[in-house]
Amino acid sequence: MSENSAFTRGWKRPPLIASPWLRWGLLIGGMVYLVLAFGTLDVNWDRVSAGLPRAQRFLGSFFPPDFTSRWEDIYIGIFESLWMTVVSTVVGIAVSIPVGLGAARNLSSRPVYLFCRGVLAVSRTFPEIILALFAVKLFGFGPFAGIIALSIATIGFYGKLLAEDIEDMDPVQAEAIKSTGASWLQWLNYSVQPQVMPRMIGLGLYRLDINFRESAVVGIVGGGGIGATLLTSFDRYEFDSAAAILLVIIGIVMLVEYSSGYIRQWVQ
Amino acid sequence: MSAKQQGELKVWQRRTPIQHWLNWAGWFIAVAIFVYCWQLVSDKTVWMFVWDAPSQASDMASRMVPPKWSYMSSLWRPVWDTINIATLGTMMAVVMAFPVAFLAARNTTPSVRFVRPVALFIIVSSRSINSLLWALMLVSIIGPGILAGVIAIGLRSIGFCAKLLYEAIEEIDESQVEAIVATGASGTQILNFGIVPQILPAFAGISVFRWDINIRESTVLGLVGAGGIGLQLNASINTVSWTQVSVILLVILATVIVSEWVSARVRHAII
Repeated sequence: MSENSAFTRGWKRPPLIASPWLRWGLLIGGMVYLVLAFGTLDVNWDRVSAGLPRAQRFLGSFFPPDFTSRWEDIYIGIFESLWMTVVSTVVGIAVSIPVGLGAARNLSSRPVYLFCRGVLAVSRTFPEIILALFAVKLFGFGPFAGIIALSIATIGFYGKLLAEDIEDMDPVQAEAIKSTGASWLQWLNYSVQPQVMPRMIGLGLYRLDINFRESAVVGIVGGGGIGATLLTSFDRYEFDSAAAILLVIIGIVMLVEYSSGYIRQWVQ
Repeated sequence: MSAKQQGELKVWQRRTPIQHWLNWAGWFIAVAIFVYCWQLVSDKTVWMFVWDAPSQASDMASRMVPPKWSYMSSLWRPVWDTINIATLGTMMAVVMAFPVAFLAARNTTPSVRFVRPVALFIIVSSRSINSLLWALMLVSIIGPGILAGVIAIGLRSIGFCAKLLYEAIEEIDESQVEAIVATGASGTQILNFGIVPQILPAFAGISVFRWDINIRESTVLGLVGAGGIGLQLNASINTVSWTQVSVILLVILATVIVSEWVSARVRHAII
């Protein structure tokens, strides 16, 4: 091979998927799927085009949003969402600590491990809103149902991460504490807890953030919080109030996110 | 770490006295906030309903078995719709997240002071509003149906995809970019040959991960009228057909587990 041919031959970048069969198979499969999906997507285009002026009105109502005329309702709703968030996060984390300890392979016996993993799997599967739907059926309308739903979702999330964190911990430290003749609780307090604590505080704050966002939707099915206010304002086509509520939600989420970032830096 | 003098003996303590007091004060404030919030909850709760809940739950559970399997035949279409909402929504999000991520990444943004904050605001607002709220909004604008669901999922996922993607862009190996720059490549060529190949695996992984989350979220969009299996769930609950509800819940469970499995396999293959 002469030196020149390397240049005249040109260069093609290597594809992401090396096997040509898989690459073309996926491409053709994707095409077929798209044709089928768009074919069965029945959209009422008249209704959509009728909605466009409304979309314009909605976007227009963000400049300026109307905070004043429904302020009372917005305030009550947001406040309710906030305390629901606090209670559900605390309750959820409190329950998830024993479950998480039980679900850590290196801490608990086999039957306890399986049982706790089962609890976590069940509480993680369903979205918050379905949990809220059932909680409303059981506990009646109001924030209590929302809190139950959010707490259950928190258990699934936090317990799983706690268990995984404990499984990843450094066994040397645990052994050192154990060799001093510490009791089981002392062992937990001085070897396990300090190792997982920084990360778990961070995750707790993250869950607080998620719970606030979710507390905005459990109201749609009657679980209390700002969701009900938002639903009403959409149903009445009061877009300027709806815009105000959305902006408040975005503002609080940003605030929580930034402050939790600071607290996390401070803890670690 | 500190030690307390106890006569002749030095006793080890985990914290210095000031740390100890700060810790105590922090806990005190936290507990006070929780007790206050709990008080508010308790005021708003009808405890009679709560004590009644276990018997209600067992009653509901007894009505849910046996699941009415014949209802399955009218569920295939909603399941297909649900998958379509998630897939098309994810595709829409991915297409829109791509430019946003490049504008938000510190090393590719045209202007750190002006363009980056706008991109970050798009990311935050898309992330902080739940897909159900997006759906609620879109249903009242363009009417109920699958399209509202697709757009809701799309808008919700932009922030997630763009955030993970811009973090991936910020972590790329600059020396590869420099090598491409050294060949005298234009701006788009640098992007195309220096940056995109580095983030492509992350990009594929993020898309599949989000698709998995979206399947989960699109199962409930029907509650506000945005299509998918949630519509049937809502209708069955409203007509108290609990045997249908249990079938739907099992179908949702199966869909979620299958999508999780698929996503895990694909991500495992990529990474």
